[in-house]
Formats: sequence, C-alpha cells, structure tokens
Amino acid sequence: MPILQPIGRVFLNFLAATGRLSLFTVRATSHCVRPPFYPRLVMRQMVEIGYYSLPVVGLTTIFTGMVLALQTNSSFSSVNAESATATIVVFAVTRELAPVLAGLMVAGRIGAAMAAEIGTMRVTEQIDALSTLSTNPFKYLIAPRLIAGLMMLPILVVVGDIIGVFGGYLIAVYQLDFNAANYLAQTWRYVETLGVVSGIVKAACFGFIVSLMGCYHGYHSSGGAQGVGAATTNSVVSASILILGANYLITALFFGVG
Amino acid sequence: MNDADAGARPKIRIRGLSVAFGTKHVLRDLDLDVGVGESVVIIGGSGVGKSVTLKCILGLVQPDAGSIQIDGEEVVGLRGRALDRVNAKIGMLFQSAALFDSLQVWENVAFGLIQGEGMDREPAREKAIEKLGQVGLGPDVADLWPAELSGGMRKRVGLARAIATDPEIIFFDEPTTGLDPIMGDVIDKLIVECVRGLGATALSITHDMISARRIADRVAMLHEGKIIWTGPVASIDSSGNDYVEQFIHGKAEGPIQMQVRR
Repeated sequence: MPILQPIGRVFLNFLAATGRLSLFTVRATSHCVRPPFYPRLVMRQMVEIGYYSLPVVGLTTIFTGMVLALQTNSSFSSVNAESATATIVVFAVTRELAPVLAGLMVAGRIGAAMAAEIGTMRVTEQIDALSTLSTNPFKYLIAPRLIAGLMMLPILVVVGDIIGVFGGYLIAVYQLDFNAANYLAQTWRYVETLGVVSGIVKAACFGFIVSLMGCYHGYHSSGGAQGVGAATTNSVVSASILILGANYLITALFFGVG
Repeated sequence: MNDADAGARPKIRIRGLSVAFGTKHVLRDLDLDVGVGESVVIIGGSGVGKSVTLKCILGLVQPDAGSIQIDGEEVVGLRGRALDRVNAKIGMLFQSAALFDSLQVWENVAFGLIQGEGMDREPAREKAIEKLGQVGLGPDVADLWPAELSGGMRKRVGLARAIATDPEIIFFDEPTTGLDPIMGDVIDKLIVECVRGLGATALSITHDMISARRIADRVAMLHEGKIIWTGPVASIDSSGNDYVEQFIHGKAEGPIQMQVRR
C-alpha cells in the first residue's frame, strides 16, 4: 500500500543510519587503543574540551544550584520542610543536573565545533590529504577527540558539582538566612559516593557521545557550507537526544533496581 | 609515446577500471599506462571522472571493477599499512591545496616527514623551509597560517608539501584552477621543475589546455568514463579525434553534448 512505503523507507533509513553509526563507533574505538598514538593532539583536545568549557559549565551549574535552592525552599516551605533544601540541592546537582547540563552545554560548544571543523576538513579535501600523507584520519582526528571527551567531561562534572552546590549555599545562606554551618554540615552528610560516582559515569558516557556525534557527522558531511551547517546541527541534536536517553539508562542501572 | 611504448613495466598501470556511484557510472572500463618518469595529463570536461581516477589510485575510492598497479603491485583493495606504504611513494597537489588550517605552513609541508617518516620536528622544519625555497617562498612564510596566504601561495605550499618526501609519483589535481594566468604559468613552471628535479612520474588532471601543453609529455582525453584518445602533447592539434578537437578549441558544437537547460 502506498501509505506503508514512506513508513518503510523511514524505517530502513533508520536501520541503515544505525548500522553506519555502529560501524563508525567500533572503528573509532578500535583506533583509540591501537598505536600510533598522538598524545600532543589528545592534550590539545583535552585543553579545548576541559579548560575552555569551564566557564560555561561553571556558569550553568552555579545558576542551576541557586535556582534549585530558591525553588526547593519556596515549594517545601508549605509543608515546613525547608530544612531539606541542602539535601535536595546536593542530590539533584550531583546525580542529575551537573552531568546532564554539562553534557548538553558541551554538546553545544564542543560537539558543534568538532562537526564544523571535521566537516570543513572533509569538504575541502583535507581528510583526503591526510590519507595521502600516510596518516589515518581515524587515528589523527577522531581518536584524540574521543579520548579527550571521555576523560575531560568527568572532571568538568566534578567541578560543576562543587560550583552547583556552592550556588545553592550562596542563596540559602545569604538570601534565605540559613545557618551556614548547619547548611554545610547537612550538605556534607548527604554527599553520597553512589550519587557522585553515578554522575561521573554519566559524564564519561556523555563526553564519549558528544565527541562521537561531532566526529561522525563532521566526517560524513558533504555538499559544501550547507552540508557542514547540517552536520553541525545534526551533531548537537543527536548528541542531546542520546545524552538524555543514556541518562535514563544509567540512572535506571544505578538507582532503578531494588 | 603511446601506451605500448611507455616502457616494459609502466609506473602506473590501470586496466578495466569501473566506478559507479548509485546508478551513475563515472568510469567505464578505463585503461591507462603512465611510464617511469613520464608526465601524463588527463583532460576532459567537468564530471567525467578525472578526480575519481586519481582517488582510485590513492585508495580513497574503491572501484567496482578493474586493476591498478604501481610498480607492478596491485593496489586495489589495499588497506592500512600496505596502502600507506604505497601512498608513501606518492605526493599530491590538491585542487584547493587542502592545507591543514590548524597547522602552520612549515608544519603542513613537513607533515609527511613527521607523521609518515617519523622525522624529528627540527630537521623536518629545516627541510620544509628548503622545499618552500624550491617553490619560490622565503623562510618568512614558514611560520604563517594557511588563512594568511593568497591563492597562489597556497598552491605553492601545497606543491612544497607534495614534493617534501621526494616522492616517486606526483599527482596534480587541477593545478592552475582559480589562479590568474601569470600565477598559472608560475605554478606550471614549478611543476615541471619539481617533477624533472625529482625524476618523478607525474599524473595531472586539468581542463586548462594552456597548462596541459606546458606540463605534459603525453595527453589522455577522458570522456564518458573512458580514455578515448592518447598521444604526445605535440600531436594534440593533429589528433584527428573530433572529441579532442572540440575540447581543445572549447567549442559548444561537436560530439560532446553538454547538458544545458534553458
């Protein structure tokens, strides 16, 4: 029936895209663990992803911590549970908000930049030039970005955890008149290993996703400036969706059973 | 010189090369030999498969059928280090020069020396400056970024990168496209000097007939995925081939029909 044809076409295209992405992931990952390695390029990407993303991650998490403290205090005051503000802030920031927001912000900043850079290299034949100079583009371009993304996002999230909790502290102590010592004591009491570790695991996973999507869409871009633009958009959108999906799966893995 | 007397074993030997992208057949059963030390220029209109031919030899495009041999070694299907070993014999000047934007000029020129041959950075820089000198660029250019170069300078840097590893074979993809006539002449002369200086085998593709006459020992005309004429550059004006006649004189009327929509 004609109505089934477009559905079938979309489904087949989805399967083909999934297959291409899976093959790309396996190939890229295998090049991360096989020599030659490019430590200088890995370091450059680590600085790009980690150091230069600190301001955006810091600002995002501090404002999130501040808003969370305000909202928690406002909502819980109706049931006389304002004292839970510190607990809510530290739970929410370490388990969910810092990793997810850092992942999304880095997807917008770094994933887009990777897709644009590699996409431009593709359409201007720079990737072909790499191959003719006996250099594997997967080793030279993609592996360093994957390794750097995997390693730097957990560090960013730990920093984001501290800044986010500090944002909640600022609002609680200086605007909501909480006792500073009590607030800190309660925060410290509810900093749990599982929550922090789950956030770090999420961050590593999100860092890999952001780099993978940026590299995948950039590597397969075509058609000049328009193609590079589409690759940039697709990398951010697909990385964001995958981050949210992976967040659910990892949360279910850590906290969903029992 | 024709295919038969290009030498007992040509440097590059292509037989029955066929490439299709979906339903579009770009190359159909293409045969071509390039002798040792010979400079062959493939001419032909846009979209007839000139660049695809070079990409097949470099292993960037996998052909659907056919054989490509370099020094008698089959290169179709080679991957990884085996392909790198063959590509180490080849230098390439890309149409857009394809310089790496994130690297300085000297790093671009020395890329093959550092990454391919494992040379240390300091001697590689010295050799890069020497190669830049060969293409008429001073040491002051070495520390510039590609974005700071003019079109002609980019081509020269691309040429310096192509010859940096002293390759046995050099490919030139539309070497004079986008350049003014004077810079085109400069680039053509540099190509001839570099190829002769290295004793390299050269395979170029262009639709610039002035450039083709300057750099070619032999010309091959590609049309609809096949070589339809080949002969010494001196005989191109008396080829007796209607396709070649139309192409070299740039006439709209003739056996080559361009798809033009009104």
